[in-house]
Amino acid sequence: MTDKVAATNGLDTVPKLLARNAAKFGDKPANREKEFGIWQSWTWREVADEVNALALGLLALDLKAGDHVAIIGQNRPALYWSMVAVQSVGAVPVPLYQDAVANEMVYVLDHCEARFAIVEDQEQVDKVLEVQDQLPKLEQIIYLDARGLRKYDHTSMHAYKDIQEEGRAGHERLAPILKDRLAVQDYDTTCVMLYTSGTTGRPKGVVLSNRSIVEASRSSSEFDNLNVGDSVLAYLPMAWVGDFIFSIGQCYWTGFCVACPESADTMQADLHDIGPTYFFAPPRYFEGVLTRIMIRMEDAGKGMNWMFSYFMDHAGKVGSKILDGGSVSLMDRIKYKLGDWLVYGPLKSQMGMSKVRVGYTAGEAIGPEIFAFFRSLGINLKQLYGQTEASVYVTVQPDGEVRADTVGVPAPGVEIKIADSGEVFYRSAGTFVEYYKNPEATASTKDKDGWVATGDAGYFEEGTGHLKIIDRSKDVGKMADGSLFAPKYVENKLKFYPNILESVLFGVNSNKCVAFINIDLGAVGNWAERNNIGYGSYQELAGHPQVLDIIRGHVEEVNASLANDPMLNGCQIHRFLILHKELDPDDGEMTRTRKVRRRIVDEKYADLIGALNDGSTEISTVTEVTYEDGRKGSISATLSIMDAKVYPRRAKAA
Amino acid sequence: MSLDEAKTEFNADGGWTTPDGREIGEVVMEMKNITLKFGGVTAISDISFDIRKGEIRAIIGPNGAGKTSMLNVINGFYHPQEGQIIYRGKARSKMRPYEAASTGISRTFQNVALFAGMSTLDNIMAGRQLKMHKNFFWQMLRFGPAMNEEIENRKFVEEIIDFLEIQAIRKTPVGQLPYGLQKRVELGRALAAEPSLLLLDEPMAGMNSEEKEDMSRFILDVNDQFGTTIALIEHDMGVVMDIADRVVVLDYGKKIADGFPSEVQANQAVIDAYLGVAH
Repeated sequence: MTDKVAATNGLDTVPKLLARNAAKFGDKPANREKEFGIWQSWTWREVADEVNALALGLLALDLKAGDHVAIIGQNRPALYWSMVAVQSVGAVPVPLYQDAVANEMVYVLDHCEARFAIVEDQEQVDKVLEVQDQLPKLEQIIYLDARGLRKYDHTSMHAYKDIQEEGRAGHERLAPILKDRLAVQDYDTTCVMLYTSGTTGRPKGVVLSNRSIVEASRSSSEFDNLNVGDSVLAYLPMAWVGDFIFSIGQCYWTGFCVACPESADTMQADLHDIGPTYFFAPPRYFEGVLTRIMIRMEDAGKGMNWMFSYFMDHAGKVGSKILDGGSVSLMDRIKYKLGDWLVYGPLKSQMGMSKVRVGYTAGEAIGPEIFAFFRSLGINLKQLYGQTEASVYVTVQPDGEVRADTVGVPAPGVEIKIADSGEVFYRSAGTFVEYYKNPEATASTKDKDGWVATGDAGYFEEGTGHLKIIDRSKDVGKMADGSLFAPKYVENKLKFYPNILESVLFGVNSNKCVAFINIDLGAVGNWAERNNIGYGSYQELAGHPQVLDIIRGHVEEVNASLANDPMLNGCQIHRFLILHKELDPDDGEMTRTRKVRRRIVDEKYADLIGALNDGSTEISTVTEVTYEDGRKGSISATLSIMDAKVYPRRAKAA
Repeated sequence: MSLDEAKTEFNADGGWTTPDGREIGEVVMEMKNITLKFGGVTAISDISFDIRKGEIRAIIGPNGAGKTSMLNVINGFYHPQEGQIIYRGKARSKMRPYEAASTGISRTFQNVALFAGMSTLDNIMAGRQLKMHKNFFWQMLRFGPAMNEEIENRKFVEEIIDFLEIQAIRKTPVGQLPYGLQKRVELGRALAAEPSLLLLDEPMAGMNSEEKEDMSRFILDVNDQFGTTIALIEHDMGVVMDIADRVVVLDYGKKIADGFPSEVQANQAVIDAYLGVAH
């Protein structure tokens, strides 16, 4: 591996990258954060100073090499610095999902044996204190925001600033220790531990070494030509591997600037302020933006609407081609330019995407219309396919080869093979070391040659070499008549309708497919408002007969398109119902990254699934719900079950 | 937070330390035998109670008990026909609300009274009015000393916005905001005057349980962070018992109970007033 280290000029740890950046880009901004309504910024030199002071302070608190430190909070520069400070001391940062309830946090905090927790504010402190008695290993809590904490017992609790002060004061004594700790770190030192949200079972702690992170950051930065002048907005959960790669890995590798929003609610305005050049969002985000634009256009005047649809039609015809450098007539180019002045430019500015040079979406399939909409505006939105275990990158779409229905070609330095079962395997420098304290899971995922099982079924498209993902391989099954059952594929087709937020398909070993639907409160609520339909709650709107009819229309359209698919025409939806509540991570029905946990949904709503299958037209049910603060309650509802038209299956293609 | 009188150790000035470590100090405002009449109607009759420094003092009672009238007496909007108000050791003469404001009393209203067409930021800035002293000429030009003054005050307002977590609606006209948020903006405007005594008229009326929880947290934080003395009127008994240090109960313009939440809760007159009495 010495050659690999040479390729990065000996920059084999994140703290070393920080030192390089402080020396090379000392006056360039490294982090920004909006506070008190004004964007504050820190240069690389200032960041190095902040990180150093905190690292010394952590030494003063006797943080040992190899210890684990939990990091809990929203994206804040100080929390990113905390991660690097923890690394500098030789300990391992473990970022947690900040919206997790205390009972969920217990497992991770206990499993990683965190000695320290660095948290954002009182909310997080309260959560940790609530479960402290179950965490004998946890010694110290360090908080950023002191509000409301004045009266708390401070024997094992400290303000972040105080720790830094202590570090600065003890500089003489502690600096040599820090230097020694830094000197022994190399490519094989653990860089970070991230817990996979896990659609099944307990979360697993994915151990990523400096090699994984630095190599993945290097090759992906080169792939998209990211450099010191770029900027991003960090708003996705810090516990998610993507955020770690963007906001620490690539940021420290290239020296670009990471901005943090003022609060979760101001993200849209902050995006507009910052105008990032590099942007990442899950498909859900782009769906939301498109829905919002369409809702606002409904309220706009006639002239505006005419101009919008006229130029959007034109963009649909030539926009993507211009972006891909295809041949487009001069007349069309002029018309596109005019559209850019009148429509596309202002629209992109509204969305905060005027300057986006590279944009990615991943995690789920994105609707082809949504994808085409953003690309036609001239936003270089691409797809990638990745995993925590791969330090994100498995496949990416190169510029000029961007499509909605594939996830791209193998990322630089990644090898991919498809097993006979259809499961996708990969191998790269970015692959994880192991699952923490879980050798069985490690062995069943990663073989001795370094091939990692993705758990996804997929195939390479002939001719282009692009990878297509069908579904989680364990979710793919057979129906009673032997036809293929791939739930995700059908659910995605449903979710591409703005009115449908989420859906769950059932049909393994059964004759007919049936589905649960979650409506999108924003889109359906707006429709209700425009049609003077009053409703008091989500539940009431979800049960409205007209809403049921609209959703039935969508389901039948999906059935019609499935009927033409020779592989999946058995998956047409015969009956469906609209759930009385949104599937929610707090209730365990989804992961924190918002993927449906099928097993839990199966168990929890067994009565509803039964009713879908036994032909009844109505079902009364009581469902337990968990509120944000962890309290539990229940809601009861009577749901109508709808029949949908199914279409004759087309014979298997000849 | 509720505590037993028996277990509390009182200081020489009658103050005490709450179980969560806050210092309740000397009496800042004392109402002595207040009677307020509107023509033939007696809204408040012969009521006396005091408010101590640093405490959260709740005034509760059924509809029409005279709670809002009492608050209006405290901030100088109504003038009682009888009785005496002693504020910071001095008997207060008849005064107007703006004079009360300049002595450090500010308030919020039962039915939100914001400038609906102005943004959240401007509404809270309006609460800084008493702190702005530069002359009209400079303010008109937004130049020189007036500009520096504006920056100073804007800084303070931004701290309030941060404190109340309303950054996302900083520039939204308040008329477009849901009720719960308008209440929060109104609290922000009252805080902008840096009050030493804050009067809240039903801060949680019409809120759902999550909004109530947020508002309770803010009230406790204001009290803790800035040491502001707070007098509030509230209907939600659960909330009152949770956050108040002492409670005074009114019914038909008369005081029927006064004391720690635990005592008030057990008081038969209070139970009767709220649940009705069998005749």
